[in-house]
Amino acid sequence: MGFSIINQQSSINNPRWEPKIVAFLCNWCSYGSADLAGVSRLQYPPNLRVIRIPCTGRMNPKFILTAFRQGVDGVWVSG
Amino acid sequence: MRKAIYVRYPQAVPLKYCIDAENCIYFKKGKCRICEKFCPNKAINFNDQKREFTLKTGAIILALGSEIFDPGTHDTYGYKKSPNVVTSLEFERILSSSGPYSGHIVSSPDKNEPEKIAWLQCIGSRDERPGSKGYCSAVCCTYAVKQAMLAKEHSKKNLDAAIFYIDIRTNGKDFEKYYNRAKDDSGVRFIKSKITNITELDGKHLISYVDEAGKRIEELFDMVVLSVGLGVSKEAVNLARKLDIQLNHYGFAGSGSFEPVAGSRPGIYVCGAFQAPKDIPSSVIDASAAAGLAGSKLADYRWTLTKTKHIPEEIDVRGEPPRIGVFVCRCGSNIASIVDVPSVVEFAQSLPHVVYTEENLFSCSQDTQDKITQIIKDKRLNRVVVAACTPRTHEPLFQETLINAGINKYLFEMANIRNQCSWVHKDDKKRATEKAKSLVKMAVSKVALLDPLKEPSMPINQKVLVIGGGTAGMVAAKNLADQGYWTFLIEKADSLGGQARHLHETWQGEDIQKYLSGLIKEVQSNKNIEIFLNSRIKQVDGFAGNFKTTIENNSKSVVLEHGITIIASGASEFVPDQYLYGKDRRVVTGLELQQRFIDKDPSLTQINTAVFIQCVGSRIPQRPYCSKVCCTQSIKSAVKLKEIKPTMDVFVLYRDMRPYGLREDLYRKARSIGINFIRYDFGKEIAVEPKVETNNGNLQIAFIDCVLKRKMVIQSDLLILASAIVPEKVNRLAQLYKVTQNEDGFFAEAHVKLRPVDFATDGVFVCGLAHAPKSIDESITQAQAAASRAVRLLSAKSISAGGTVACVNPNFCSSCGVCVSICPYSAALFNKKSGKAEIEPTLCKGCGLCTASCRSGAINLKGFDNEQIFAQIFAL
Repeated sequence: MGFSIINQQSSINNPRWEPKIVAFLCNWCSYGSADLAGVSRLQYPPNLRVIRIPCTGRMNPKFILTAFRQGVDGVWVSG
Repeated sequence: MRKAIYVRYPQAVPLKYCIDAENCIYFKKGKCRICEKFCPNKAINFNDQKREFTLKTGAIILALGSEIFDPGTHDTYGYKKSPNVVTSLEFERILSSSGPYSGHIVSSPDKNEPEKIAWLQCIGSRDERPGSKGYCSAVCCTYAVKQAMLAKEHSKKNLDAAIFYIDIRTNGKDFEKYYNRAKDDSGVRFIKSKITNITELDGKHLISYVDEAGKRIEELFDMVVLSVGLGVSKEAVNLARKLDIQLNHYGFAGSGSFEPVAGSRPGIYVCGAFQAPKDIPSSVIDASAAAGLAGSKLADYRWTLTKTKHIPEEIDVRGEPPRIGVFVCRCGSNIASIVDVPSVVEFAQSLPHVVYTEENLFSCSQDTQDKITQIIKDKRLNRVVVAACTPRTHEPLFQETLINAGINKYLFEMANIRNQCSWVHKDDKKRATEKAKSLVKMAVSKVALLDPLKEPSMPINQKVLVIGGGTAGMVAAKNLADQGYWTFLIEKADSLGGQARHLHETWQGEDIQKYLSGLIKEVQSNKNIEIFLNSRIKQVDGFAGNFKTTIENNSKSVVLEHGITIIASGASEFVPDQYLYGKDRRVVTGLELQQRFIDKDPSLTQINTAVFIQCVGSRIPQRPYCSKVCCTQSIKSAVKLKEIKPTMDVFVLYRDMRPYGLREDLYRKARSIGINFIRYDFGKEIAVEPKVETNNGNLQIAFIDCVLKRKMVIQSDLLILASAIVPEKVNRLAQLYKVTQNEDGFFAEAHVKLRPVDFATDGVFVCGLAHAPKSIDESITQAQAAASRAVRLLSAKSISAGGTVACVNPNFCSSCGVCVSICPYSAALFNKKSGKAEIEPTLCKGCGLCTASCRSGAINLKGFDNEQIFAQIFAL
């Protein structure tokens, strides 16, 4: 985690830097909303990766820590 | 303006285009055929002809729908003369994100955003002029409220939305709360008025109207929305004639309150807005009822014409190294115009365990499906990834393809490169392609670790428990019993009948007591119905397909085993706590008056003046809902009183008169025979509500008249309080069957529109007043719908659950009990012998709550296991 914080600090000085974000989305609501955003052609930056989970109740703190260790800058859990 | 090749609406099923021959250049002039040249699938067939088919059926269901009123008939509105006078259906398209302006509200021709929009209600409805319809269309008030709210949300300016109305009829379940929100929170203006004229003035529209007090007022608006009503189309009328079905004077096919969805000819059923004007939830309830009645008449022939699908034997791939096939869909140009599909295919080829890749024009098309099946067999694939749209709509389709190839359907994963990639990153093709590759990599990493899963299946106990012996409960029980299902009918009182025992006639004049005694007799003599009176439910165990309910019947405990539960526990009339009710014998409730009609009470002929007060206990802060039936019941009773004694003065004090749908006819009749309808001012202050007191022995009702803006006093010798319908606020059934109630205490259906009689809990259904206030015909339809939904489960004989379920490794389980206490579906239990936790797979919904909270790491969620999710994270 310390690594990713350092990573961010150096990146903040770079104006073209964009964070890498992973989203854990509940299949029944937020994942469906992300689909709907597509149907509605709402545009957003492509630096987001979605992992579909059956319910945010499935969320394990280890998933978040592992994602940070993988160099992800932000984790979004939604459900 | 649509093109000559079109799809009628974006949600059409199947989503296929067709050629409009009247506007196609080739059909009109014999030249063009350019579409034929461009269609990559060679799907254009100019020689297609109309063909006749002959079908042999045992029943016919007519769901012919409705058409909207054409406001061009009356020139008052200026429709089609000005582009900014639109129908509500046109405005619906303007609001839609898939509509002509992508959901931005713009007025023509400058495409500016309007600052003021007016909605005019009852366009073509409640109107007896030639070309208009005399009935209320029942849906327009609520949709206008919705459109005004949405328009305000969509607007970047502070949109001024005004609704010009006669009565606001938001009497459906939870609609009144929505109306209140529009009025009190969103600032939508509601103006009770009569429109006299609309004229165009410098591109704006001057609406001239007369307000409630008779004052002439003019106001300018940028845009006018005409809330047009529903009607039966000519085609529908012609078809009904061919089928020899009787239609009423408005062309609707509903035939009486006791068999609402039965057509006038046996074996033909009607539903939806062709039956009577109605909204989506009521139409869906009708549809289930019609399907159920048709099915129950044909119950003996069930499964006789069914074709059984051949399913190849599943190949056991356990222990084999993964052989993954990746299919990347172009989705026509939906994906391929943004994402570089060939490079995604090439990238997929480089991923571990991937042995086959290809791109498809449409992975979901039937020919591609067949091709994929063949490739799985030929290349001996044991895992498949499809990079295309969303698993939420297409996973089942591709899983079917795997099954056809003999592969377990859970060895499949989708990469969502359309909805969550090409459609949302259309300005950055390079990074969209990068993202698509990354999503494919994540899917491949996960699919390699997936295991084949089994779907547990369990027989369904073929008996049904119906709770509540009122009209709804009896109708449901009878319908099920007639189809051969053993039905337990339990009732807490000592007799059957429920609230209907106090009802005299339906609004159409049908004798309710006669119907009810017939129904009770049929239920009592039905050999498949076992009735338990004086019963209470003590305990409920089990789940869908396998319930065990313990009841206390005449102080004896009886255990009933059943597969399905239908809750028809009803509601009752509110006991008024104001207007001298209970203190003066001349003050009665609506049902008490009905009882006097049933008893043919001779004292009613002595009455000289009768007054009804509407909304007693309804539409107030403590009970914000509308009780729906009281307006019609009071009108009906008022007419009855006039019939008993034509010289009687009858007054109805109301807030909004809500005789919705075809009931408007009765309201018109009531006014024509001299019944006085007076709107009283329902202010926030109690002081302005009607005040009832006795003065020298006279019953005196004082109120503020909305038209005259003055205090009025009526001396009366009968005061009828149109009292609310109230459910049991704390209903034990909710806890026992794990079903939910709304804030008002009515049971909450799984989905208002799509599943209006189902509970979110499997195997439990709801009907009648327990669901919401409704009239007897609506209770009957809903009961038939609930029975129909029950039969859908029962007739399958077994119930299978998804394979994505949690499973405990007993070696790691420390018996801490967290999973047992946390599981929302009661699927986690302790094994009585070993003391370790176990998950009942038929109850588990695969939410993963237990997996995440197990401190010993003993629970796996199949299909979403830790290592599978970690694999996706590592592939980021």
